[in-house]
Amino acid sequence: MDQILQPFEAFFGPFWVLIWTLVKIMIIVAPLMGAVAYTTLAERKVIGWIQLRIGPNRVGPLGLLQPVADGVKLLFKEVISPTKASTQLYFLGPVMALAPALVAWAVVPFDDGLVLSNINAGVLLLMAITSVEIYGVIIAGWASNSKYAFLGAMRASAQMISYELGMGFALVCVLMISGSLNLTEIVQAQGQGWFAEQGLGFLSWNWLPLLPMFLVYFISGVAETNRAPFDVVEGESEIVAGHMIEYSGMSFSLFFLAEYANMILISTLTALFFLGGWLSPVGFLPDGIWWLLGKAAFLLFTFLWVRATFPRFRYDQIMRLGWKVFVPLCLTWIMLLSVWLFSPLSIWK
Amino acid sequence: MNLTELSFPTLCFYLCAAITVAAALGVITAKNPVHAVLSLVLAFFSSGMIWLLLQAEFLAISIVLIYIGVVMVLFLFVVMMVDINAARLRDGFWRYLPVGLVVAGVMVAEMALVLNGRYFGLAAVPAPEPAAADFSNVKMLAHLLYTEYAYAFELAALILTVGLIAAVMLTFNKRVGSKRVDPADQVAVKARDRLVMHSIPAEKEPVVEPVTDGSAEVRS
Repeated sequence: MDQILQPFEAFFGPFWVLIWTLVKIMIIVAPLMGAVAYTTLAERKVIGWIQLRIGPNRVGPLGLLQPVADGVKLLFKEVISPTKASTQLYFLGPVMALAPALVAWAVVPFDDGLVLSNINAGVLLLMAITSVEIYGVIIAGWASNSKYAFLGAMRASAQMISYELGMGFALVCVLMISGSLNLTEIVQAQGQGWFAEQGLGFLSWNWLPLLPMFLVYFISGVAETNRAPFDVVEGESEIVAGHMIEYSGMSFSLFFLAEYANMILISTLTALFFLGGWLSPVGFLPDGIWWLLGKAAFLLFTFLWVRATFPRFRYDQIMRLGWKVFVPLCLTWIMLLSVWLFSPLSIWK
Repeated sequence: MNLTELSFPTLCFYLCAAITVAAALGVITAKNPVHAVLSLVLAFFSSGMIWLLLQAEFLAISIVLIYIGVVMVLFLFVVMMVDINAARLRDGFWRYLPVGLVVAGVMVAEMALVLNGRYFGLAAVPAPEPAAADFSNVKMLAHLLYTEYAYAFELAALILTVGLIAAVMLTFNKRVGSKRVDPADQVAVKARDRLVMHSIPAEKEPVVEPVTDGSAEVRS
């Protein structure tokens, strides 16, 4: 591989790092965008089946070309901006919503060593990047110069800030037992233990000792992506479509892509932090990237399942769950865990 | 300067530095306060990138996590909510200009003294050794913080907690007659408490008697 790349490296000089990284980024982002497109189809199909409907089945065999048709439709729609909108920020909003959802993939390991940037402070970077996501929403809500958009942005940002706490605390527990901020090491730490030696790896993953934190993390993830049942942000019966109300065509679809990219990201991260990433659940099957993809796909299905099952929360219920249930629960669990870690009963020695 | 001799980090530094300066200028020249706050966010972000080039990864990520993710969001909220008249903000510009110039002059002089002094520079402070590949900035910092500086660290945590409680108590006003619902009570409620079954005897059908002259009269 290095032999083949040598002439390119000599040709581009100092820019080679940039170009080679861009190529790697494309290798990650292109399949991701495909997955985002087909998640929209999967959502409509799955919810259709849950509600005893057929779902989209007109475009292509089994409706498989539906995302392409949707994409083409959105591309050719007129992009409108409100007269009194702050135009630059108005178009920066959707970009700021999508960009962090893609940047976070830089530190996601797909397999042992298969990662764009294997940095030591991976988890910190993830938390930092997800906290930037909020800007897309706020900028879009403010720049639209519309009351509904602004109200939606307020709701969204309050909700995202509240649930980031729960996610952060859940991750603190993961860090405490893995002793590392590096995602690859966090996954590798889950492959050790008594159960893993018995060939029952799935029992030594973090989800079992950290079961409450696993639930807190995933539920907070659903809230963080503003998905049902936490979708008061775009609650169509109250504030139409929240911060996206004034957007049309491609600028709207960027928000849409961001939401689905975030869903996929949260599913993958939950799989990495709590479900052993690429590790095989049982000893006699080899580890590999397909396990990570399978686990992420199952969690993604849970997102859709939850949406088809639960009614929307009231706003005060959302805030109560975030602040009065999750935060005390996390703090208690952190204390219990630190006692457990230093007790003779510790399983992470 | 030959382009091929330029290393990639140096290129990154010039790019980030240029963005930082431009964004900082944007903060003070933007007419709209929201644009100014967003420029400040950009300035923070690109200075974080410069710290990253200096291998201070924890500091760089912290500025994004804490300043951009939390503090600036708060700033943005305040600026968006408050109705600021941009024209009136400019009123005192000429009056405050001399004071501002003096402050700026002092700052420039101080910085020049420090940066140009003989205590600072490559001769006095040599460039640090490049860190090993497995060097973890975060682990290093955590080790110092929780061992040597544990006392100061916990004191800071205590002060912050006190500040938090004080802030809540200052803004907390207990409203009388608030219609807050307690979810625990809601969940614990029994059907009996809400619904009472009464046995009400069925009403009799009013009997309609035919009258001889042909018109019907309803008798209850």
